[in-house]
Amino acid sequence: MNPGIDLQGSFIQALVQLGLPTDIARLVWLPLPMVVMLIGATVGVLACVWLERKISAAAQQRIGPEFIGPMGALAPLADGLKLVLKEDIVPLKADPWLFTLGPAIVVIPVFLSYLIVPFGQNLLITDLSIGVFLWIALASITPIGLLMAGYASNNKYSLIGGLRAAAQSISYEIPLALSVLAIVMMSNSLSTIDIVNQQAGYGILGWNIWRQPVGFLIFWIAALAECERLPFDLPEAEEELVAGYQTEYTGMKFGLFYLGSYVNLVLSALFVAVLYLGGWESPIPLSLISNWFGISETTPWLQIITATLGITMTLLKAYFLIFLAILLRWTVPRVRIDQLLDLGWKFLLPVGLVNLLLTAALKLTFPFAFGG
Amino acid sequence: MNLAEGVQIVSFGLLGLMMIGAALGVVLLSNIVYSAFLLGGVFISIAGLYILLNAGFVAAAQVLIYVGAVNVLILFAIMLVNKREDFKPMPNAWVRQALTGLVCVSLFALLSTMVLSTPWSLSNAPSAGDDAIVVIGKHFFSDFLLPFELASILLLMALVGAIILARREFLPDDTSTLQPQRQVFTLQERPREAVPALSGGRIKSSQSGAEAPVTPSDRLDP
Repeated sequence: MNPGIDLQGSFIQALVQLGLPTDIARLVWLPLPMVVMLIGATVGVLACVWLERKISAAAQQRIGPEFIGPMGALAPLADGLKLVLKEDIVPLKADPWLFTLGPAIVVIPVFLSYLIVPFGQNLLITDLSIGVFLWIALASITPIGLLMAGYASNNKYSLIGGLRAAAQSISYEIPLALSVLAIVMMSNSLSTIDIVNQQAGYGILGWNIWRQPVGFLIFWIAALAECERLPFDLPEAEEELVAGYQTEYTGMKFGLFYLGSYVNLVLSALFVAVLYLGGWESPIPLSLISNWFGISETTPWLQIITATLGITMTLLKAYFLIFLAILLRWTVPRVRIDQLLDLGWKFLLPVGLVNLLLTAALKLTFPFAFGG
Repeated sequence: MNLAEGVQIVSFGLLGLMMIGAALGVVLLSNIVYSAFLLGGVFISIAGLYILLNAGFVAAAQVLIYVGAVNVLILFAIMLVNKREDFKPMPNAWVRQALTGLVCVSLFALLSTMVLSTPWSLSNAPSAGDDAIVVIGKHFFSDFLLPFELASILLLMALVGAIILARREFLPDDTSTLQPQRQVFTLQERPREAVPALSGGRIKSSQSGAEAPVTPSDRLDP
């Protein structure tokens, strides 16, 4: 057992001491991390929407939401409430089953991917040995939901929008997977915990971004395209496609698409933080400081500080990247569909392949620095 | 029976029901798009069965390749084909269906006798579980090296070929001699009636046969 807080163990132990059987205690523990993660993801989306409105306002030299809550902090809640209360319309000749199922298929894999996001050594739902691979596999389900939504709407714009969205997410998944593969090669593991631990020890100098700068750029571009953020928000390009595959959606079904794209943005930012920016590690390693003061790593109060700092660091890094994404959205013009596909297939894919081969060569040449 | 076993049995039953139901739907439904979507459901439930068998890596690969690639490809093929064909009612159409049913039933009988009569040699080794990736990797680089290398070289060739095909741009040196007239490409669509999009006066003139040129003053006239 690695040192650190074992919330599960102590929770089960406490329940067993209260007189519950071990199996029941485990069953009581089971939904807790999942519910915490669901709430965390949703709150992250609310923060993201508020940030988007505030930063876009700042970029356009206006104020943005101001009166709903302090500094408009409750504006995203009001948005959500509005979406819930809106009438849920299914078009007359649409396919009601597929029309309802589409948004769910888009949203569920994104939430499932939170299974493997680590906020600390033991602060994640489950440490799978296929971690990052699971994320890539789950992300590949989304195009089916988009195609389903586009087809079921019985609308040309929706169908074309769905096909475009699916084509986009397929073409950007390959460079994404290639850049992740380079990281995996360096850390000898697919598990997110191992990937962060491999970057630990030297503080900011040990982060993967210094060893994989090209991979970082490819990953971030591909992740933005996967989330359909501007400059890659072609599926819902309002000038050409009248909102694409979501044209016919109203109320909470539209809200699910909206939620899914924002949750995906937060998730991608978290993954960039984990893969390239050292995850929960702080720029100056905490173990170094505790060694200076001669405090053991297993001291309880130090462990609490480490866990808090880990969550804070992960969120700080993720929200810095979200800030970059929002700034990008309000400064960069949208690309055309042929430019998008050209960029994905003719530029990012070859560069990703070369990056992978270079990483392999460097790993063989300098095994001490590239995880030999 | 403890908690874990109960969960396993229940999820095995659910996954089996889901898989058989979805597979029957793929075959029996007349709407081809429904069949394609249900095929995704079949693949997902097979992935669930793999997880129950302690093969997480195979399950993730199943989702990635079959759901993410094969099924999306099928859906694209269905949705991009713009062909509608009206089938004429045929006499004795039931003969075909009966023959297909017979072939299917006999194939099923053959396979089930094969399954029941073969003396399967079950391995007693403990399942690799979380170390499956390492074990698979070792097999790839020891006893399955040749097929692995062949497959990866083939895939790499296909990938590089696709990039080269996509990068190739036709830039003839002298367009006047090589291509005397440019071919006009049109979309392959069903012919549709022209919609009169302009004002009433324009339609009248086109109905009378004389194609009156539209001048700016024409457009401004109410």
